[in-house]
Amino acid sequence: MTQTEALKEYLLRLADSDMILGQRLCELCGKAPALEEEMALMNVALDLVGQARNWYEYAAELIDDGRDADKLAYRRDAHDYRNLLMTEQPNEDYAVTMGRQFFFDAWHYFTLKSLAGASDERVAGIAAKALKEATYHLRRSSEWVKRLGDGTEESHRRMQDAVDILWRFTGELITPDETDQLIAKAGIGPDPEQLKADWQGLVTEVLTQATLTPGAEDAWMYMGGKHGEHTEHLGFILAEMQFLQRAYPDATTW
Amino acid sequence: MPQPGDSDTRSAVDILIASDRVPANARPDLLTEDDIWALLDEVKDPEVPAVSVVELGIVRAVHWDGRDLSIDVTPTYSGCPATELIEELIAEALRAAGFRDPNINQVLTPAWTTDWITDEGKEKLRVFGIAPPQGSSSKLSLLGEPEVIACPHCGSQETERVSEFGATACKALYRCRECLEPFDYFKCI
Repeated sequence: MTQTEALKEYLLRLADSDMILGQRLCELCGKAPALEEEMALMNVALDLVGQARNWYEYAAELIDDGRDADKLAYRRDAHDYRNLLMTEQPNEDYAVTMGRQFFFDAWHYFTLKSLAGASDERVAGIAAKALKEATYHLRRSSEWVKRLGDGTEESHRRMQDAVDILWRFTGELITPDETDQLIAKAGIGPDPEQLKADWQGLVTEVLTQATLTPGAEDAWMYMGGKHGEHTEHLGFILAEMQFLQRAYPDATTW
Repeated sequence: MPQPGDSDTRSAVDILIASDRVPANARPDLLTEDDIWALLDEVKDPEVPAVSVVELGIVRAVHWDGRDLSIDVTPTYSGCPATELIEELIAEALRAAGFRDPNINQVLTPAWTTDWITDEGKEKLRVFGIAPPQGSSSKLSLLGEPEVIACPHCGSQETERVSEFGATACKALYRCRECLEPFDYFKCI
């Protein structure tokens, strides 16, 4: 794999993870548990979709086969999607929604922090902007994990259940593959060992404050999202998200 | 024909309707770069119409050689849905002044920060009822406590944050414990 091929792949991963989590959050539009929470969720979703577009636009330029950002988002099927499995997991209750957000935000924050200093100027520019947003995303999701974990008996039980349910998807966040290694070596992406240490450090700190128990370090981990092997949920997300472009390709008047 | 420096009292919709009406007798070649900045200062943010896109720090640069004009703009947030509309409003204002083919470039670097909002812009936000961003974005900590925000209505510092997120990406929701009015705070990023 050349460095350019690795970069194309890596950009799609960033874009797809942002896009799918943004789409997941948007499912809560109109039915979030409180008005302020709904605004917050939609704000976060909007940031993520905006970041996805920035990454897709750069990816489209490098891929250079006539597809633009919209085509990359709306005309690829599940096996071409490169998002982290964490991002496609269903919203379930609010503990799962915020737990998923927290595990992702912690990964996103440290990843973007590193990308903001990338040797590739375009990557650095997009990441520096996204980092400002990921910072308040992480602040908010970690506050929720603490509030629910260190809250009532029921909120604690639900938050611990959420950690247990989602733990199996955390390994993928911090386990590098060939692409991650190449991108790190090129001075673009984070050093995998550092990313893992930063992520684990923050997650342990927040879960401890939240009186929650993390999963086992040697727990079985589901991986494959980065290579297009997804859980059963992604197809349903895409079916809804891509419906209009599939039914009316290139429609320009709504 | 609108003259540079004229106060443009038309609404965003009027400007959109007036599109493709480049005045036949306009002489944009006589305008200076300062005139163009003044012209852009009349373009209001569609979501916060109290301030202009120049006061918000969205317009980053004007490149004008007397023949070709290009404007650098930067989005406030990655997903700000007003970005396209703002670019369109800028293009319309320039066309109305006689520029036939203004070039609008989107630049991401350096990333927009509330530090770029001018002092005049901040005061206009406050008068409009939006508490302006306080302090410097560089002092924000990851897990820090929210800052003390003065109520834009009565000036009291006895305020509380209702939600870190408000009606648009750039605002948070606060409430004043003195005058009991809710208000928006323009978040510091």
